[in-house]
Amino acid sequence: MSKMIAITNARLVPTPFVSSAVETRPSTSLGTNGVLILEGDRIASVGSDIPPGAEILDAKGAHVAPGIVDLGVFSVDKRACIAGGITRIALMPDQKPVLDEPGIVQRAALAAKPDLWVHPLAAATRGLAGAELGEYAMMRKAGAKAVSTGRGWVADSGVMHKVLTYAASLGLTVISHAEDAGLVGGAVATASETSTRLGLASAPAEAEALAIARDLMLAELTGATLHFRKVTTAKGLDLVRGAKAKGMAVTCGISPTHLFLSEVAINDFRTFARLSPPLRTEADRRACIEAVRDGTIDVICSAHDPRGPEVKRLPFADADPGAAGAETLLALSLGLVRDGVVSMTRLFELLALNPSRLLGVDSGRLEAGAPADLVFFDPESPWQIDAAKFAGQAGNTPFDKLPVQGRVLKTMKGGRDLS
Amino acid sequence: MTSPLFPHRHLLGIAGLQPHEILYLLDEAEQWVTLNRSLTKHDDRLAGLTQINAFFENSTRTLLSFEIAGKRLGADVVNMHAATSSVKKGETLIDTAITLNAMRADVIVIRHASSGAVALIADKVDCPVLNAGDGRHEHPTQALLDALTIRRRKGNFQGLKVAICGDVLHSRVARSNILTLTSLAADVRIVAPATLMPPAIEQMGVTAFTDMDEGIADADVVMMLRLQTERMEGGFVPSLREYHALYGLTYERLKRAKPDALVMHPGPMNRGVEIASDVADDVNRSVIAEQVEMGVAVRMACLDVLTRGRRGMA
Repeated sequence: MSKMIAITNARLVPTPFVSSAVETRPSTSLGTNGVLILEGDRIASVGSDIPPGAEILDAKGAHVAPGIVDLGVFSVDKRACIAGGITRIALMPDQKPVLDEPGIVQRAALAAKPDLWVHPLAAATRGLAGAELGEYAMMRKAGAKAVSTGRGWVADSGVMHKVLTYAASLGLTVISHAEDAGLVGGAVATASETSTRLGLASAPAEAEALAIARDLMLAELTGATLHFRKVTTAKGLDLVRGAKAKGMAVTCGISPTHLFLSEVAINDFRTFARLSPPLRTEADRRACIEAVRDGTIDVICSAHDPRGPEVKRLPFADADPGAAGAETLLALSLGLVRDGVVSMTRLFELLALNPSRLLGVDSGRLEAGAPADLVFFDPESPWQIDAAKFAGQAGNTPFDKLPVQGRVLKTMKGGRDLS
Repeated sequence: MTSPLFPHRHLLGIAGLQPHEILYLLDEAEQWVTLNRSLTKHDDRLAGLTQINAFFENSTRTLLSFEIAGKRLGADVVNMHAATSSVKKGETLIDTAITLNAMRADVIVIRHASSGAVALIADKVDCPVLNAGDGRHEHPTQALLDALTIRRRKGNFQGLKVAICGDVLHSRVARSNILTLTSLAADVRIVAPATLMPPAIEQMGVTAFTDMDEGIADADVVMMLRLQTERMEGGFVPSLREYHALYGLTYERLKRAKPDALVMHPGPMNRGVEIASDVADDVNRSVIAEQVEMGVAVRMACLDVLTRGRRGMA
């Protein structure tokens, strides 16, 4: 018989019986003296009596929720994930080498065992060059959980049509990056007063909606399941909202950067705020918050992309885009609960349950039989984000020095304490 | 240590300068206009100081202007050209900055093709830094020399109608001039093809026109910008002849402006593209040569003012 652990005095973040799209009511149903029984690497039961012989783990009133499932990170950064309460990552295909071969996918899937689940995303096209289909079926067998266009958009509609058709026939979700490459060109910022004053090449925010419109049309045509990794504009979100209303199998995500920062953050040429897609106007940022509230946005991800000074300590346009996000994902997202945008339950649908479903992995829920992948946290505990103290590979956060609330206390994977 | 009259360590742009600080630099430049017109064009106030002109982007005129300005003030001036520097060997900008700093430069003049690059370097060095143009962002000494030229001809800026015409999208000269002239209460109009009009430009306090005849109507100053011919490849304009037909400054078009309107151009000119040769060469209308002259004086003023702290004169 496997080792049994009884987690006591936990405030368990309940898993909704049926995921409700709209839930604005702040959660009041968090049990104060919750008990969670783990057996081996699984949850054995919730809220039942403590079996004899079980090891007691006193949570001391901490919140306990399913480990975060981070959909679309760019680096296998174990320490950052553990510090951030992340137990699974969906790894973007933009690796060296690109995740476009079964062997490469298999290696990636094993990269962080046993501390972190890595679910590789198969490159939609070979080398992510946007031309030839990848071996999705073989890559799935090697561990790929979905297909991704990577950092870029598949510009050729004929190719994207084939990507969606083929992925649909295999039952694989396609994760798309929504920015029309032609309209974006060499832009590094959203067209606005800020980009004009700074003299930075910019593109209209409509580049996003344009890409979404095409991909939605092709998804409808092919019956494919489509996920937009990040939707960051009001017009883009309206298109997703409309497609959902039509009953299409479409979902979308966002990361805290685009929920809590607008394009003014690039003032003074701060390269840590150079992101892809770029930061948007304040009106778009507010639309993103509303889309989290009304359920249009299904997933919150870190888009974790640790970058060292060699690619960040450069003039703005010459720097690589991307921000380290794993360690700040939970604390920033908890702001949505404090602001009454979502309930705690809903937040963990966005952070864990929905991405699990999207990837077809059994996690993201606090239920008997689910993996014992857990995050213990205190949602009130205040701290200041300090890039210099990050546990992960790099500290390129645009939120440096920001005071936040909500601290990860412990991360467990398969019943093992990793903290 | 900075001067109370100009409390800035660097000159990275016009953004962040108060109107009286801009005027102070123009006032300071006047004495150098006088000196430069005399036979012995020399002053020793920067004697013993090392001025490094670090140009990461090709330039002939601006580099020469800064070199002359430094030499006339007695500084030891050295030029670093990107084409012959270790930048080509992959050294990062920050490493270059640290190297220049270690050589104990007293003032560094920098031009770079990327917006924000000069500020990045300024952050890493101990001496004053002068921006000689960064990407599409700013070119403050150009705007100051333009302002000095205008002031000497027109007296003041209040309500003066200045039309800035051409490739505004890619122009750091336009941005610095907009900031300078709006700050000095001029009425600034922007004339550009819609494809070369920066987004939200009117939020910088200007009026935007795509019709040049409308834009320069009744103007006191018509400031032309260089059309980078490589923009043709980006498809921003269909052809040079069509650009000239719509946005080239000809006598015919200049009639729309005031009879005594000044014609300006930062150089180098594309004759027959943004400006007709006869207009450019008309000594009664064109102040293009005078702009070059004012450039040396303004740069002398900036070098002087920025190094006062080092010289114990703050």
